[in-house]
Amino acid sequence: MPLLENGQIVADGWTLVQDDQVLPDGDILVPLSRLSEGLGRNGKGRLGVVLTPDARVEVLKEALPRLDLVCLTFPIFRDGRAFTQARSLREHLHFAGAVRVTGHFLPDQYEFLLRCGVSQLVIPEQSDLTVWQKAHERITVAYQPSVLNEKPEGFGFRRFLSP
Amino acid sequence: MLRVAIPYGVLSAAQMRTLAYIARRYDRDYGHFTTRQNIQFNWIRLEDTPDILDILADAEMHAIQTSGNCIRNVTSDQFAGAARDEVLDPRVHAEILRQWSTLHPEFTFLPRKFKIAISGSAQDRVAARFHDIGLLARPGDNGRAVFEVYVGGGLGRTPIVGVKLRDDLPEEDLIAYLEAVLRVYNAYGRRDNIYKARIKILVQALGLDAFRDQVNAEFVAMDRSRYRLAPKVVEAIRARFASPVFEDAAAAATQLAGQVKADPAFAAWVGTNTHPHQRDGYCSVTISCKPAGGIPGDVTSAQMDLLADVAEQYSFGELRITHLQNVVLGHVRQDRLFALWQVLAANGLGTANVGMITDIIACPGLDYCALANARSIPIAQKLSQRFSNATLQHEIGALRLNISGCINACGHHHAGHIGILGVDKRGEEAFQITLGGSAGEDASIGQIIGSAMSEDETVDAIARIVDTYLVRRKPGEHFIETCRRLGAAPFKDVAYATA
Ligand code: HEM
Ligand code: SF4
Repeated sequence: MPLLENGQIVADGWTLVQDDQVLPDGDILVPLSRLSEGLGRNGKGRLGVVLTPDARVEVLKEALPRLDLVCLTFPIFRDGRAFTQARSLREHLHFAGAVRVTGHFLPDQYEFLLRCGVSQLVIPEQSDLTVWQKAHERITVAYQPSVLNEKPEGFGFRRFLSP
Repeated sequence: MLRVAIPYGVLSAAQMRTLAYIARRYDRDYGHFTTRQNIQFNWIRLEDTPDILDILADAEMHAIQTSGNCIRNVTSDQFAGAARDEVLDPRVHAEILRQWSTLHPEFTFLPRKFKIAISGSAQDRVAARFHDIGLLARPGDNGRAVFEVYVGGGLGRTPIVGVKLRDDLPEEDLIAYLEAVLRVYNAYGRRDNIYKARIKILVQALGLDAFRDQVNAEFVAMDRSRYRLAPKVVEAIRARFASPVFEDAAAAATQLAGQVKADPAFAAWVGTNTHPHQRDGYCSVTISCKPAGGIPGDVTSAQMDLLADVAEQYSFGELRITHLQNVVLGHVRQDRLFALWQVLAANGLGTANVGMITDIIACPGLDYCALANARSIPIAQKLSQRFSNATLQHEIGALRLNISGCINACGHHHAGHIGILGVDKRGEEAFQITLGGSAGEDASIGQIIGSAMSEDETVDAIARIVDTYLVRRKPGEHFIETCRRLGAAPFKDVAYATA
């Protein structure tokens, strides 16, 4: 499925490893249950991990410096736990790699995802990019600090979101 | 249905006229004030909503976060910035919370809706202990606010009185602390069952201490400097809530006293519908939206226009919607009350019943709501009619009567001194009575006294309950006090004592 990053569709070089599959070479994304196995893999490519919404991001604390990607999951758009997971990864664990979301989320949530520190979105085939772009441009101000460090500007908490 | 946000219930005369226009042009010529201090239009056509939202935007209004699993409209004291018993103007922090919670990137897809109320008076007029978070503000050292924080209160299927999470939250940490609470809730609140998804269930499941530990762990871990509420932000917001320029009204009280003496009907209205003001010669006025036999909270377009007019003439062009579904003018000169009352009375808005038995809260019920078991409005109208006699009401005194059409409790029946709950009894609409609830500092949950009755039987049973109170009360005792002293038994006996 298409991968949206910085407003563009980019190539996805990561392989999602299934539960029973032998770990291949290259950049691989493993379930949390196989994290230590992934970390033990010899060289040859980068490692990422997939978290389910009920996982605590703190379990990655030790492993994080060796991870390049954390992938969060939306079982349905209403299940907003990934927002908190993304934010904790960035704010508490200071993770600087890619934070990806997969599953069911909506263009309306795009700006919120970015502001919580998500950098890559797996979106449905045939998605109209202009819809995502519009969702990003529609709101230009925010009233809370986010991981994007918007500069406060104007009355109260008002701050401008970058285009 | 379209619900329009009225942050902490405060709006301008011009905004009220916009609402009147929407009701007239797009709805059936009336609107309904809700218990979250918002307004709701019940008959809006979906295809008209874009135009309506444009009209609202021109008046600096919107409908964002008025439903959904997000932080809803923050409610506050309807007498904010005016009440004599106020220790801190809660609108300043209500506005801070409004800004902070608007389109919050992390907390817009919570397990369930989230309601915050804030009060700055010794007397809790916001039902702080029945909210997901209730804040009681007071002045601290160095002139900055301090908050008592209650969490996990709520009504609905599982009524719970909120518990105190913190006693002394400093102003600068307000946002950080709420972020921490919401983060714990967003991560761990239940999502498998919507009836168990409110924060109250999480607090109960973990226990208060464990919940507090989680919040504190989050609070300690976060970079609080990012969330710190700077004094200059607070001051900038406070400046927007500066007191209006009051006139010298020293002689107003004397004039009022004369008018009160001369006109008993006016005197009754002043007695029930005014509230003491910080400024001598002024008072706050509650305009009852509950005329005898009327539908609680419903206001016609013409009445909305009139409310806008009187707000401009008598109260600096500003109005407040109360969570008890009435409208408040914050700052009225006492010597102009008589003229105001005459205008209101001539337009069906002069009922002298605020805080009395006919100041009923009722949810929309089966007439409008798909989840209802029973109609709330007709029984409200019958009760309102039954107790409409002014002398009788005055004799009964302070009594809160709340009606919900089903267990979701939108009419806050558990928080009523007398509550009525619509149930389905073998396919028929029926009602259970609860007694002993209260939403104030002495918050308590009303208990069901027995099996359900028909609409008319319920109205009669309530009349007998009230009679029993009148007979058994000690001098000066309010209904709720008698109820607590005697327990439910004597009331239950008469409720079911059909002759
Ligand atoms: C017209 C259709 C309406 C429907 C279908 C509806 C539905 C619901 C439902 C399902 C709940 C329970 C949610 C929960 O706690 O899990 C609820 C709660 C609530 N509703 Fe409504 N509602 C309606 C109108 C209103 C109106 C007009 C008001 C205000 C007068 C209102 C005020 C409330 C309040 C205050 C609660 C929260 C009770 C609590 O604290 O738990 N609702 N509503
Ligand atoms: S209490 Fe029940 S009947 Fe009344 S509005 Fe709420 S859901 Fe509908």
